[in-house]
Amino acid sequence: MSNLVAWPVFLPLITGFILILAHMGGIRLQRTVSFLAVIGLVLLSGAMISATSTDQYQVYLLGNWTAPFGIVLVLDRLSALMVLITSILAVGALWYAMTTDTDKKGAHFHILFQMQLFGLNGAFLTGDVFNLFVFFEVLLLASYGLLLHGNGRLRTKAGLHYVVINLIGSTLFLFAVGALYGVLGTLNIADMAAKVAVAPQEDLGVIAAAGLLLLVVFGVKAAMFPLYLWMPSAYANTSAAVAALFAIMTKVGIYSIIRIHGTIFGTEAGELAYYYAPWVLGLGLITLLLAALGVMASRGLREQVAYLVLASVATLLIGVGLMSPMALSATLYYLIHSTLIAGAMFLLADVILRGRGSYEDRFESSPAMPNAILIGSIFMISAIAMTGMPPLSGFFGKVLILSAALDDAWFAVITTVVLVAGLITILSMARTGSLIFYKILPEESVPASERGEPLNRMAFIAVIGLLLASPILVVFAQPITAFTEATANQAFNSAAYINAVLSTPAVTEVNK
Amino acid sequence: MEWLISLAIGVLTASGVYLTLRARTFPVVLGLTLLAYAVNIFLFAMGRLTVGLPAVIDKTAEAAQYSDPLPQALVLTAIVIAFGMTAFLIVLALKARGELGNDHVDGLDEAPHNNASKEAK
Repeated sequence: MSNLVAWPVFLPLITGFILILAHMGGIRLQRTVSFLAVIGLVLLSGAMISATSTDQYQVYLLGNWTAPFGIVLVLDRLSALMVLITSILAVGALWYAMTTDTDKKGAHFHILFQMQLFGLNGAFLTGDVFNLFVFFEVLLLASYGLLLHGNGRLRTKAGLHYVVINLIGSTLFLFAVGALYGVLGTLNIADMAAKVAVAPQEDLGVIAAAGLLLLVVFGVKAAMFPLYLWMPSAYANTSAAVAALFAIMTKVGIYSIIRIHGTIFGTEAGELAYYYAPWVLGLGLITLLLAALGVMASRGLREQVAYLVLASVATLLIGVGLMSPMALSATLYYLIHSTLIAGAMFLLADVILRGRGSYEDRFESSPAMPNAILIGSIFMISAIAMTGMPPLSGFFGKVLILSAALDDAWFAVITTVVLVAGLITILSMARTGSLIFYKILPEESVPASERGEPLNRMAFIAVIGLLLASPILVVFAQPITAFTEATANQAFNSAAYINAVLSTPAVTEVNK
Repeated sequence: MEWLISLAIGVLTASGVYLTLRARTFPVVLGLTLLAYAVNIFLFAMGRLTVGLPAVIDKTAEAAQYSDPLPQALVLTAIVIAFGMTAFLIVLALKARGELGNDHVDGLDEAPHNNASKEAK
C-alpha cells in the first residue's frame, strides 16, 4: 500500500521513456499514451486523497534506507491535494494542446510534458531538501523546453530571462541547502525540523539566514515581489496549453514555503518559530498591489491573465503569511480555485486570440469573432470567478482569507489592500470585456485573410471543463473546506510529520 | 586554509554576480558558471575542511576521523546539473542571437524600426 506514494512520481517518468519509443509511431500514438498517463494520474491522485483521509502519513523509503539516512517520499493531505490539482490541470492543458495541434509544432512536446509532471509530483512528494532541489531542476528543465516550444522572437527573449533567473535561483537554493547542511548536518526535512528545535543559540543566525535565502528561492518560483518581473512576459508569450500548465508552477513556490518553512520553522522551532511569516505577508501585500496595477496596465489579454495569476499568488502569500490553520485552510481553498481558473483563462485568452485574427489579443476594437456570444459569456463567467465576485468560488476564497485575517494585527492593511486590488482588477476586466466584445468594428474593415479562425469546439471543452471547477467549489464548499481545514491542521502539526517520517521502519524481506 | 577557501568563494561569487548583471548574453553565461563554481566549493566546504582523512567511516579509525562524504555527493549532483543547464543556456543564447539579431539579454535593440523591417522579411 505504501507504494502508492511512489507511483505519481514514476508514472510520468516511465510514460516519458515510453514516449521516446512511441515517437516513431507518430503523433497519434504519442497522444494516446500521454493522455492515458494523465488520466491515470488523476485516478492515482484520487486514490491518494482517499488514502490520506484518515490523517495518516505514508512514507516511502527509497532504496529501503530509513530516514534520515535515505531519501523519503512523504504523502500527506497537502501533497495529495497538490498532486490532484496538478493532474486535473494537466488533463485540461493536454487536451487543449492536442485539439489545437500545439504538440505538432515541435518534436518532443509530450515527453517534455510528462517530465514536467514528473518534476512537479516529485517536488510535491519528496521529504528531502536536496531531493526537492533535484526535482526543481527536473521541472525547470522541462519547463524551459515547454516554454520555448514552437517559435517566436518574443518567446525566445522571455524564455532567456526565465532561464537565467531560474538558474540564479538554483544557485541560491544550493547556497541555502549547503548552509543548512553545514549547521544541522542533515537534509531530511523532518530531521532538520527536529534539529532546529534543539539548535544551539550561536547557530540560530546562520539557520535563520539560510531559511530566508530559501524563501528568496521559493519567492522566485512563486513570483513574489520583487522577484516577479520574469513572470508576466514568460507566461504571456508561451503557447496557451503550456501557460495553462504553468498556472501550477507558481504554486510550487507556495507549496514549498508551506512545507519547508512551515515544518522546519514551525511551532516546534522555538526561537525561530514562524520568523519568516512577516516577510511573506508584507511582500505578499506589495505583490498584490503591483499585480493589480499590472492588470490595469496590460496591453494584451494574455499579459493581463498573467498579472491576474500574479494577483492570485499574492493573495495566497498573504494567506500563508497569516500563519494560522484557519488562514492556511482558506489559502488552500483559494489555491484550488485560482490554479484551475487561471489555467482556464489562459486557454480562453488563446481562444479569443485565434478568433480575432490579426488583432490577436491586443486591447483594440476589432470585428466580431465567430461565436462571440458564447465566448463572451464564458469570458464573463471566468472574469467573475477570477476577480472574486459572487457567486463564484473566487469570492468565497477571498472571504475565507479575509475572515481568517480578522484576528491579525495587520487586519486593516490586509483588508484595504485585498479590496482595493480586487476593485482594480474588476474594473480592468470590465474594460477588457467591453473592448473585446462590445466595441465591434464592421466586418468589412478587415480583409478576409486577416480574419480569425472559427471556434475550435473540441478545444473549447478544455476551457469549460476547467471553469466547471468554480461552481463545483461553490456547491461542494462544505466538504471541500472541511478537507482543506483538515489539511491545514495536518500541515501545522509538524511534530506528527517529524515523528511519522523518522519512525518509519525499513521494509524487511518477507517473501524469501 | 579557511581563509583561502572563503576568499575563493567570495571572489567567485562577486565576479559571478557582476557578470550576470551585464547586458550581453555571453558574460551572463560566464557569470552563472562562476556562481556555480562558487556554490560547488561552498557545498564542499560545508562538510568541514579536512586533510588526508578517508571519505568513508573506517572501523579501525577513531570516531569523527573521516571527511563527510555527503557534501561530495551533493557537489557531484550540482556539477552535473549546472553543466547541463549551462549547455542549455548557451544553446538558448545562440538561438536568441539568431532570432533577435543581437546578443543583448533584453533582446530588442534600441531602434524599433530595424526590428519592424526584419519582421517584414
